[in-house]
Amino acid sequence: MDLIYLLFILALSVFLGFALISRVPPLLHTPLMSEANAICGIIVVGALIAAGAEARGPLTIFLGTSAVALATFNVIGGYLVTERMLKMFKKKDK
Amino acid sequence: MSNEFFTNLIYIVSSVLFAFGLKFLGSPVTARRGNMLSASGMLLAVLATLFNGHIISFQWILIGFIIGGSLGALVAFKAAMTQMPEMIALLHGCGAMASVFVDWTAYHVHGATDLTNAITLYLSIVIGGLTVTGSGIAWGKLSEKIPGKPILFTGQKWLNTAIISAIVILGIMFIINPARYDLFLIILGLSMFFGIFMVIPIGGADMPVVISVLNSYSGVVACTTGFVIHNTLLIVVGSLVGANGIILSIIMCKAMNRSIGNVIFGAFGSVIKKTGTDEKKEAKAMSVEDAFLILENAKSVVIIPGYGMAVAQAQHAVRELSEFLEKNGCDVKYAIHPVAGRMPGHMNVLLAEANIPYDQLLEMDAINPLMDSVDVAIVIGANDVVNPASRHDKSSPIYGMPIINADKAKTVFVLKRSMATGFAGIENDLFYYDNCRMIFGDAKQTIQALVAEFKSSQH
Repeated sequence: MDLIYLLFILALSVFLGFALISRVPPLLHTPLMSEANAICGIIVVGALIAAGAEARGPLTIFLGTSAVALATFNVIGGYLVTERMLKMFKKKDK
Repeated sequence: MSNEFFTNLIYIVSSVLFAFGLKFLGSPVTARRGNMLSASGMLLAVLATLFNGHIISFQWILIGFIIGGSLGALVAFKAAMTQMPEMIALLHGCGAMASVFVDWTAYHVHGATDLTNAITLYLSIVIGGLTVTGSGIAWGKLSEKIPGKPILFTGQKWLNTAIISAIVILGIMFIINPARYDLFLIILGLSMFFGIFMVIPIGGADMPVVISVLNSYSGVVACTTGFVIHNTLLIVVGSLVGANGIILSIIMCKAMNRSIGNVIFGAFGSVIKKTGTDEKKEAKAMSVEDAFLILENAKSVVIIPGYGMAVAQAQHAVRELSEFLEKNGCDVKYAIHPVAGRMPGHMNVLLAEANIPYDQLLEMDAINPLMDSVDVAIVIGANDVVNPASRHDKSSPIYGMPIINADKAKTVFVLKRSMATGFAGIENDLFYYDNCRMIFGDAKQTIQALVAEFKSSQH
């Protein structure tokens, strides 16, 4: 893929990130951070390719499998802990 | 080819779902829906990658899924809310390590295919390497496996300079000749080494900044890995997370009136200057019984929690007290300073866990204009964030830092173990104000005693 095309995506995504995240209230900054951890686990798609398509020797098998495990840890751990925190935020019931 | 096209289409859908997920985090009402959307985006991306035809063997993937998934679920359910900062630090480290492993696999199998590839590989392993160990140290400090105090030694600056120079010089050599596997490994090793030295001199109260910076790095690494393996989704998500970390770092630094450079390289905690106030000042102590009498007649109370409240695990007792106050016709609010706690938003999560409705939690800028009309401000385990010296004492190290104006309330109670100084090592002028009363002792016990007074008065 063209480098310039990837840089285009980069620039627009950074802009999108700033626009979206500056609207999150400080109240939710901790869940925001664990959510960021969870989506950062998107590296799992790279890890899947490493473990499933390129794992040919002991080193690549180790690296690929570990990468899948670490990224899955982020995805599952991140989303579940975010859900757990968000569930606790309640409005006053009167 | 059509497979590739289809996968990329799904990646676009995933990106949109992630963006909506973050958008919905803009309000506590929609936040859970946002988390669900984001998770479904992740599921789509994983499925699209698994079945796009590139993947030929599934057994290692399955093993990775089982190990990572079960550990992730275990940690997510077991972690107490007070442990959230260290959990987040751990997740930063794992994400960065996964990225580094993906880079390494790509390099091991294909080598560096062109100049861009060599440069992005280099950036990726440097930032990834230091994020892995930096997060590890942050995790150790937050979980108190390593002393939280800044660790300093002579020659630290020289050592750091030497490591950075080595990383830069070896990096140039690597980019010129990317076939040098040895350089790849040395650069990765040095970066990991540097991550350790980057975080050990930083003290506990600066952790909100460190966590935010590491968050940003973990996003940047995902992004550079996206460039290495030509994956658009990684670039999009990496940028979102990177932007997140940068915004939070800026907010934290503003709240401490310091620059990021000052936090990372300043080792603030080590420079304890005695601000030469030798005049005898006396703080006035007060008993729980007298405090109760004042609270009983208060019409409005603002509670200002700090990290000390989390340490004393006092949040549930605090809720009980505020329930009694409200039954008594008193208006109770909580004032949250942006850097209270060990990570952004830490206090809000702890108070939410204790079932305190979030509409009672007010940000610093929202509560300060109201402080004049408040009868009692109760400071629990906070110190520097209520020090009025930051407004008028130009010689104070925290001069200029935005604070919660607790001193403007008619009466201020400070719940504290002793007269010891806060993290910044400076005297708190507030304690000597005429309207301030110290209630010494463990915060949790003090509040429980106040609750007991309310209980007995109702019979």
